[in-house]
Amino acid sequence: MSSAWQAVWAIVKKDILAELRTKETLSMMLIFVLLAVFIFNFAFDLRVENVREVAPGVMWVAFVFAGVLGLNRSFIQEADKGCLDGLLMTPVERSVIYFGKMLGNLIFMLVVDAISLPVFSVLLNLALVRWDIALIVVLGTLGFAGVGTLFSAMTANTRAREVMLPLLLFPVALPLVLAAVKATAGVLDGAGLREVANWLNLLIGYDVAFLTISYLTFDYVVES
Amino acid sequence: MERWGVSKLAIVLHGLAGAAILVALYMALVFAPTEATMGHVQRIFYWHVATAWVGFFAFFITLVASIAYLRTGRRRWDIVALSSVEIGLAFAVIMTVTGSLWAKPVWNTWWTWEPRLTTVAIMLLIYATYLLLRRVIEDPGRRARFAAVYGIAGFVSVPITFMAIRWWRTIHPVIFKSEGFDLTPAMLAALIVSVLAYSLLYISLLLLRTQLEFLSDEVAELRESLDE
Repeated sequence: MSSAWQAVWAIVKKDILAELRTKETLSMMLIFVLLAVFIFNFAFDLRVENVREVAPGVMWVAFVFAGVLGLNRSFIQEADKGCLDGLLMTPVERSVIYFGKMLGNLIFMLVVDAISLPVFSVLLNLALVRWDIALIVVLGTLGFAGVGTLFSAMTANTRAREVMLPLLLFPVALPLVLAAVKATAGVLDGAGLREVANWLNLLIGYDVAFLTISYLTFDYVVES
Repeated sequence: MERWGVSKLAIVLHGLAGAAILVALYMALVFAPTEATMGHVQRIFYWHVATAWVGFFAFFITLVASIAYLRTGRRRWDIVALSSVEIGLAFAVIMTVTGSLWAKPVWNTWWTWEPRLTTVAIMLLIYATYLLLRRVIEDPGRRARFAAVYGIAGFVSVPITFMAIRWWRTIHPVIFKSEGFDLTPAMLAALIVSVLAYSLLYISLLLLRTQLEFLSDEVAELRESLDE
């Protein structure tokens, strides 16, 4: 393993360790996901006839909002406790810090997704725990965490930072969420992955674009 | 002295743009033939496409200026990026409104959530947020850097908006195809003149807007030196 990946892994391990001490972020995200589903349930009256039609949207809106909660804490915690300066002083490339934080955020989000999918399956009475949906969830969450981590580092240094992150992130990530919803809806309606290939391609294209842009610009975001 | 030169250039360019827009008006309203099925409503197309072109181009200039800013750290690139977003947003709103005016008689609705309109709405939101982002950051260097990063990341929406009517099945017409144009020569001529006229207007507005920002920088500096 090269030293860059060792450094990335060290940052991921640090974030996981810190999270396991308190489990604050994960439990906040989980409770939020459940709350979102409850609210949708009351707002849409998810009866059996239409649940398949709204389920992909409900699922992704819940994931995306919960993801923002996690992303918001990712850099604000570092900045507030002065850890960001420490991280920046470590003799590694800035992109290593980006990938470390991004992977940490991705893991937290995927853990929340993995726990909530079976719960959604029960509450919505739909079989959502399937490998094709899992693939779509991973692809959608990857792009969202990729650009979300970049913006999270940005908003930690602005006024009204908790509000700014969703404002910056949602419009940019909307096409990604749209593609994820469409792909999920497609496979729920019985289409194979091949039939939703154009949405998967859009997801992959967005993942590649967001990760590349974030990798190239992260230096300028944390520069002081 | 130098500034006066820029202002003169801007005045000349504005005059040229104004004259070109008058010619474009004549071409669009009189010279171009009436479209067979839609009738006169189709003439709004010359504004719609011209302002759309300027909007997209302005966001592209923001992308270029943002990259240039991150590479050089020069304030002038930050100013160009900001100015181009403001102008581009104005043109993109005109594009949306003219499109909507056309859609009402032709599609029988002001708005529909089809791919082109959806992606345009997202693009408008992104560049409105760009302006908002600049307002919540106090430190000028950081403001410029963050805005540049957002100007680059946000640009992903522009090619997608452009390609939306080519990738997905949509009711929005596609005029420019790889096989050629769906226009008569007179219509094409009117369109080209419109595009040129509004591009001229864009350039002259960009010149004025950047000049304004330079002046406000200067005022800020003067005020600071007075305070000392």
